[in-house]
Amino acid sequence: MRAFTYERAETPQQAAMAAASTDHARFIAGGTNLLDLMKIEVETPAHLIDVNGLGLDTIEDTDDGGLRVGALVRNTDLAADPRVRRHYGVLTRALVAGASGQLRNKATTGGNLLQRTRCPYFYDTNMPCNKRRPGAGCAAREGFSRQLAVIGGSEHCIATHPSDMAVAMRLLDAEVETVLPNGNTRAIPIADFHRLPGDTPQIDSVLIPGEFITAVTLPRPLGGKHFYHKVRDRASYAFALVSVAAVVQPDGSGRVALGGVAPKPWRREEADEALPRGAKAVMARLLDGAEPTHENRFKVNLAERTLAAVLAEAKE
Amino acid sequence: MRFDKPAGSNPADRGTVLGQPLPRIDGPLKTTGTAPYAYERHDVANGQLVGYPVGAAIAKGRIRSMDTRAAKAAPGVVAVITTLDMDRLPKARMNVAYLFGGRDIQHYHQAIAVVVADSFERARAAAALIRTDYDEDKSASFDLAEQRRAHQDDEVEPMAKVGDFDRAFAEAPVKLDQTYTTPAQSHAQMEPHASIAEWKDGALTLWSANQMIEWSKQALAKAFDLPAEKVRLDSPYIGGGFGAKLFLRADAVLAAVAARETGRPVKVALPRPLIANNATHRGLTIQRIRIGTDRDGRITAIGHDNTSNTLPGGDGENGAAPTQHFYAGANRLLVHRPLEMHLPESNAMRAPGETAGLMALEVAMDEMAGKLDMDPVAFRVLNDTQVDPDNPERPFSERHFVECLERGAERFGWNERNRKPGARRDGQWLIGHGVAGAYRGAPVQASGARVRLKPDGTVRVETDMTDIGTGSYTIIAQTAAEMLGVPLDAVDVALGDSDAPASAGSGGQWGAASSTAGVYAACVALREAIAERLDADPEDLSFADSVVRHGDRRTPLTEVGGGEELVAEDKIEFGDFRGKEYLLATFGAHFVEVGVHAATGEIRVRRMLAVCDAGRILNPVTARSQVIGAMTMGVGAALMEELAVDTRYGFFANHDLAGYEVPVHADIPEQEVIFLEGEDRYSTPLKAKGVGELGICGVSAAVANAVHNATGVRVRDYPVTLDKLLDGLPDLA
Repeated sequence: MRAFTYERAETPQQAAMAAASTDHARFIAGGTNLLDLMKIEVETPAHLIDVNGLGLDTIEDTDDGGLRVGALVRNTDLAADPRVRRHYGVLTRALVAGASGQLRNKATTGGNLLQRTRCPYFYDTNMPCNKRRPGAGCAAREGFSRQLAVIGGSEHCIATHPSDMAVAMRLLDAEVETVLPNGNTRAIPIADFHRLPGDTPQIDSVLIPGEFITAVTLPRPLGGKHFYHKVRDRASYAFALVSVAAVVQPDGSGRVALGGVAPKPWRREEADEALPRGAKAVMARLLDGAEPTHENRFKVNLAERTLAAVLAEAKE
Repeated sequence: MRFDKPAGSNPADRGTVLGQPLPRIDGPLKTTGTAPYAYERHDVANGQLVGYPVGAAIAKGRIRSMDTRAAKAAPGVVAVITTLDMDRLPKARMNVAYLFGGRDIQHYHQAIAVVVADSFERARAAAALIRTDYDEDKSASFDLAEQRRAHQDDEVEPMAKVGDFDRAFAEAPVKLDQTYTTPAQSHAQMEPHASIAEWKDGALTLWSANQMIEWSKQALAKAFDLPAEKVRLDSPYIGGGFGAKLFLRADAVLAAVAARETGRPVKVALPRPLIANNATHRGLTIQRIRIGTDRDGRITAIGHDNTSNTLPGGDGENGAAPTQHFYAGANRLLVHRPLEMHLPESNAMRAPGETAGLMALEVAMDEMAGKLDMDPVAFRVLNDTQVDPDNPERPFSERHFVECLERGAERFGWNERNRKPGARRDGQWLIGHGVAGAYRGAPVQASGARVRLKPDGTVRVETDMTDIGTGSYTIIAQTAAEMLGVPLDAVDVALGDSDAPASAGSGGQWGAASSTAGVYAACVALREAIAERLDADPEDLSFADSVVRHGDRRTPLTEVGGGEELVAEDKIEFGDFRGKEYLLATFGAHFVEVGVHAATGEIRVRRMLAVCDAGRILNPVTARSQVIGAMTMGVGAALMEELAVDTRYGFFANHDLAGYEVPVHADIPEQEVIFLEGEDRYSTPLKAKGVGELGICGVSAAVANAVHNATGVRVRDYPVTLDKLLDGLPDLA
């Protein structure tokens, strides 16, 4: 870990301004991912802006019947909120499927969206990785890729986004509210928030330098039955091989999003339309264009089978 | 004391303390965080500096140059010592890879520098500033399957060749010829390798985490060209080992080098991401197994041909080992082919040989039972042997494998098992049942101890035996308490210090049986010293309630020394008869129920039962802990543990505990352990054998067999992960 300077931000805008005006600055909230990466010098910020004192830790009703979740609401608290449990079950289920109790106590809503990939080559600074060092090459494509993306990747990067929470938020069409260094605010649909790697895999999201997440808003509840089926090799405390988030309505319509298969939470609205026709029809659209590696080809089949299990459960 | 004939009755047979289910005496220290582990021993030496290791970025080649200028100039740095600063340090025989010194790189993350600073953070930050240029050897091979093909015609001296295997196999009416693979596995012990070193007046003291004090003391003496009496090694508490800490590792060597260079005590721990490639692992195996039987299921031919990876000079993982003695069969051919490759060092991990070997053999046995349409329990019972199948003149001392199978089958409800693969469901879950046999040797090592009877009637036992979480403290205290007739809390046990008599150490599941035999010998010597004080024949004395009885005389232990401490020391040495005339081993049977999600292939273990035959159980509580821990490790080996080889770069890519998955609590169901009543008087004076490695033997195969039973899909490449099942699972509506 390199030496860094540190400050506590007083307001969201001041945090954004400080980040924009300081070279190599990073916000720190729960630190559950950033500190690990700093220890092995995958992240080498020169300056940390501690945002834990900003408040932003409440969940409020919105005028249009949804919820505004402060960026510093801890994952544990978000999962346990009675309104979330009652109306956004898929989000609670996704949250508690992630990490461990200790980590969820620290991890924040904003930080969870911004966690970096768990690709093993990203973590080993001896290995070529375009996400860590642009232009270095990708060791993963021809390497140990069992965990990595089958769709949405590029020749430069096949990293997956590791979040479970974000998959549920993508399903719910959440919006990410931010403040910019100039004091302006904007709301970014979560569909547009995470980037595909293309030829700049080092950039994970559309946030501009200094832009700070203040909240995530959830639209009014969808109703229906909520599912989050996370498939992994052990029963807990592992990243998804494939996860399926779904809301299924009594008439068989609904929405589907996938985790563990792409560089971002993976959803295509046109695939949702196929839901009444079953998992195969959905996946024909949702994973159309998939380019799996030799090691992760199974994920395509697994995603379909997992959705089929979810749909069978929805009928019970 | 020489143990050169079977044990008769002796004072330890009373079983008032020994053999009782007592909680471990070091438990409160562990649960209150006050047991001192190596890296936290701030009080043993003043002015400790922190060393941070740097690992090689290539798997094979030579270092051209290292630029340490930035590291040396970094804040807080006291010294930067690189592998170019010294010749290769001599290594002990048991180490395969060299640990430090010289230009040559043998494996990825080999230690190439240690940065010493006034804090951990500053040492780590400076370590990242070192720039190293390499000449990489691109010709090295890291692909075991490819190497196996390249060496398939090599002439290899078989481990065992009995009868005419080729002919018997060719003529067998029912036969199996299958190949199984097991991946490299990491010990993944909780406590990383860690050491503090200090030099004083030419003598080296190392506070470390080490399973084998005497071996490693000798290895340190060799590495640093010291007489052994100038080396002291101290490891009273060890946070798990599983074989990872059998030998000297880089933490110890780097700490000693850095302390010598700086003239101050230095501590070094291996960072978690370095451990998988810097230290040792269980080697990969590819195992071809051939079994032929007659129509009734009697094995007539058994062949086991094992291939594994090793650095030059090592032996890899010998999967054929358990097949040598486990099942009957007149025609046998066992071959082990360690192939030289440049992956990191493969070396001992819990039940080396047996674990990987039984992962394959016990699946092969299940497959044979299927071919014969026999109950897999009955097939194993039919092929039991009471004599060494390699040498029928040599009987097993004690072998109750059949009883393990039959008791286990009854307890588990084996008769209620799913009989047709894929036929039983519980909602979305396919339910399956599996069984496997367990076999592990019962080796022993010479082991010494010193026993002190204090004037206050309490007893202190000193031996360099280690407790790696196994319960050594407790069973040693029980042994002394039993032999001297004092309550358990009157015994103080000091372990892990090389100033104490050399013991067997913790390895090869010999620790419990050997070290308690050594304490027994020392206690016999102390009883003799007491008898001399009382002017009595030791045979006439009895010890109970802290009183020595001799005829009508009753002498409290507080009085026998006349106000002075009585000290006795001895060691147990084992005679040849123990292996020559009799074959000693431990046996078990594992029964497992799994659920496999019919859609996703997720595998969840639902029930586990182990039945163990391991002589006298010295403490059913600590022995059970050993076995359930081993069963957990066996679930990991079955379902998730794999160090993934990147065959291009020659390293294990998933080298941290996020990438290398071991079971979590949610993976482990109710575990039941039954120990058969019994004793093995051919083993030690206490008639005991080990269980710590027996517990993992066969577990993984029982899980794999249960998965087959649940799904009908036979996976022969471990770990059995869901991607290998998907194509064979039921079609979805």
